[in-house]
Amino acid sequence: MEFETVIGLEIHVELSTKSKIFCGCSTEFGAPPNTHTCPICLGHPGVLPVLNKRAVEYAMKAALALNCEIAEESVFDRKNYFYPDLPKAYQISQLDKAIGKNGRVDIEVNGETKHIGITRIQLEEDAGKLMHAASGYASLVDYNRVGTPLLEIVSEPDLRSPEEARIFLEKLKAILQYCEISDLKMEEGSLRCDANISLRPVGQKEYGIRAELKNVNSFRNVQRGLEYEEVRQADILRDGGEVVQETRRWDEAKGRTVSMRGKEEAHDYRYFPDPDLIKLKISREWVEEIRATIPELPDARRQRYMSEFGLPEYDAGVITMSKDISDFFDAAVQTGADAKSVANWLMGDLIGYLNANEKEMKDIQMTPESLGQMIKLIEKGTISNSIAKKVFKEMVESGKDPEKIVEEKGLVQISDEGAIKQMVDEVIAKNPQAVEDFKAGKEKAIGALVGQVMKASKGKANPGVVNQLLRDALNKL
Amino acid sequence: MSLFDKKLADLHTELDKGEITVSDLVNASFKRISQTEGKVKAFISFDEENARNRAKELDEQQSRGEEKGLLFGLPAGIKDNIVTRNVTTTCASKLLANYNPIYNASVMDRLHAAQSVMIGKLNMDEFAMGGSTENSGFHNTYNPWNLDYVPGGSSGGSAAAVAARQVYFTLGSDTGGSIRQPAAYCGVVGLKPTYGLVSRFGLVAFASSLDQIGPITKNVEDAAYVLQAIAAHDPFDSTSAEVDIPDYISALDGDIKGMRIGVPKELMGEGIDPEVKEKINAALKVLEGLGAVVEEVTLPHTEYAVPTYYILAPSEASSNLARYDGVRYGVRADNAENLIEMYRETRSQGLGAEVKRRIMLGTYALSSGYYDAYYKKAQQVRTLIKHDFDEVFKKYDVIIGPTAPTTAFKIGEKVNDPLTMYLEDICTIPVNLAGIPAISVPCGFASNGLPIGLQIIGKAFDESTILRVAHAYEQNTDYHKARPEL
Repeated sequence: MEFETVIGLEIHVELSTKSKIFCGCSTEFGAPPNTHTCPICLGHPGVLPVLNKRAVEYAMKAALALNCEIAEESVFDRKNYFYPDLPKAYQISQLDKAIGKNGRVDIEVNGETKHIGITRIQLEEDAGKLMHAASGYASLVDYNRVGTPLLEIVSEPDLRSPEEARIFLEKLKAILQYCEISDLKMEEGSLRCDANISLRPVGQKEYGIRAELKNVNSFRNVQRGLEYEEVRQADILRDGGEVVQETRRWDEAKGRTVSMRGKEEAHDYRYFPDPDLIKLKISREWVEEIRATIPELPDARRQRYMSEFGLPEYDAGVITMSKDISDFFDAAVQTGADAKSVANWLMGDLIGYLNANEKEMKDIQMTPESLGQMIKLIEKGTISNSIAKKVFKEMVESGKDPEKIVEEKGLVQISDEGAIKQMVDEVIAKNPQAVEDFKAGKEKAIGALVGQVMKASKGKANPGVVNQLLRDALNKL
Repeated sequence: MSLFDKKLADLHTELDKGEITVSDLVNASFKRISQTEGKVKAFISFDEENARNRAKELDEQQSRGEEKGLLFGLPAGIKDNIVTRNVTTTCASKLLANYNPIYNASVMDRLHAAQSVMIGKLNMDEFAMGGSTENSGFHNTYNPWNLDYVPGGSSGGSAAAVAARQVYFTLGSDTGGSIRQPAAYCGVVGLKPTYGLVSRFGLVAFASSLDQIGPITKNVEDAAYVLQAIAAHDPFDSTSAEVDIPDYISALDGDIKGMRIGVPKELMGEGIDPEVKEKINAALKVLEGLGAVVEEVTLPHTEYAVPTYYILAPSEASSNLARYDGVRYGVRADNAENLIEMYRETRSQGLGAEVKRRIMLGTYALSSGYYDAYYKKAQQVRTLIKHDFDEVFKKYDVIIGPTAPTTAFKIGEKVNDPLTMYLEDICTIPVNLAGIPAISVPCGFASNGLPIGLQIIGKAFDESTILRVAHAYEQNTDYHKARPEL
């Protein structure tokens, strides 16, 4: 039997407001345990929450960027459950009057655009972190994270493969990154993802029984976990069995998902509107004010790069996936540098450098102006492409401008025919075999000779001039 | 006459003339407490050292001739569910017996600014749940008029301390009548302000949509002074109203000629003690004599108020009290082997029977499958009850009736009958559900010698009018001058 995969995602995003959602404590990551706390976020007797306006605006911005309708009246509800990381024994969240609903994200799958629905976007508070002492006899709680504003984004079950899920997540992350509302770091927990997956026989309308995959630590692992689930559930169904509705986690070491808890352990959260908070009224003027702060989003930029600069769709897609890289691209092109050259440097050497060194754009020193200058140095013939690679790395690491690097390291390309001629003659004299081969019609042999000249010039000789002079000399022999 | 029987303005004049000092007032308070507390047991804890230091500080300020705060030098008692920095705040619960707050309730900051002097923290029903102070996790409080009787509750300590003249004024909190009913039982004045007029920041939550802090005083004028000092918008309380605060003290004067008074037949019918009814009618005659127009009105949904309240308040309480888990503060049970046991034992040992009963009621009402039938329906009825008041207030300035159906009952008499106890709140609960202000003033004594309270209910944020009516009544009667023999 053939099955269709149905996937819906729940994404949690910590908002990068300076202070927490209901008190004035800092949200900074990595502070010593329990130093960013106060009676309010610690849930002391008698305290009351006051909603952080900036958190609401960030939520609105995200919701608008994801094409949501913004509620005119939004309500905060209490989700009640006991756990030591939850000081009030309830989380202030939203149930059916969330800030945003009915949104949409477009993704490209196999060259086609697919609309993925966003059911709702709600604002809530994060919990603390439990740490279990090595002795096994104690658990410690760090309440620094309690009250960090959290956005929960729930997608419609519109995704049909684990790959689509990953593409959707990458797109969602890119859009949110453009909105500058979150650090979006999975490793620090500012971006978290849960996935619901079920299978149904092709052609069947009703959804199958789903499993929930919790807190996977990378997009790649979301895809892998879902792929594992696809196979696992299909095996069960083919054997005539029933998938158990349960929560599962991805065990990366073993490369499989394992059961965490079943449905019978599901909580009754006893949601009810939080009487400590008044209804949040969102005027249409406010919505327009926030809408005006949303920058050009990845899809629009990609189109612009294709129409304005003639970039191939692939290049435009890669560059716009990261706002930082895309902003850098725009700034470099602004300096008059050739767009395709800028794109090539960013997609090749820059992204390669970032990945190899696990760095981000903010960690590198190079400015868009200096990249533009470097490209002009290549165009003018001052440096060769291979020299430029050295200059580029130096720029990235030191932030110096390219002309200075070229000057300091003596990297200026040698185009002076007299100097190159001398090197050519020496190489010919030292390599009689290669000369013989070339004469005998082995065209390839010239490559080795060019290489020798370049080596003799420490890479600085103008390769075009070398080639020309070498051919002239060989032909004269 | 005790210093605490004097008018506030007169005390301030004596302070200005140097005839008395703040230290005299604080000494008088502790002296009176030492004479009466063995019988009344109004307090849970005292803050004597700080009180005496504060008195010295204020005396020095007086000697420098600086301007005085509104409540300058007045010894005050604070209900123990109002958070006081560095002074244990227990809510009369064993679970919080060791809770020493690191912050102050906003209302405490207001009192500090008004320069009153806190003497100690007052007994109450645990977490403000009850109407007799018998649910205190520590000890009973005794009605100063007859020590065999309850002082009412949940602000029983706050009312008894004023009746016994242990302090000049107290603060209580009122969720379903917890200021007004004990004030009535103890023959003093109790004011529940409009929901949102006084900040709840630092009031330990029982039912957040109903709780409100207010003064208990020996007369209406003092109530106006204390309200003036504590009413203010508070950015730390999202439900705090942004309204202009009127001058309550000057609003006391002026006649009530032509004022329209509605008397709900539902609050004067079955279940109200005939002696109570008689005194209320006599009070209405006094007001008529002052030119007010008294007419019968109807609040048709009154019979649903108690059941509505006993769904909404426990629902909110079940969530509000969940934080007392022994993890971060409070008394943690020490015999637990794991997390769930720690929760269970801490709460089983730390919380009293009535608190547990209400947590269970509320947990049930909010459970999936029951929410619509209970919580949601109760919210709808609450809207109808509020609408009843809106209708009456279209034609009337105030609504008047009894504060409680009976006078105080004997200690132990109703402990095992929670339903009867709940019905004691029939006259006060509708006011909390509607979020409007009401004041209870003494209007006479029953044949058992216990005081009776007259309840004057006003429009939202119209404390001025109920204070004026109460003051006019008080000026023409002597009940507030009666003092219990102790």
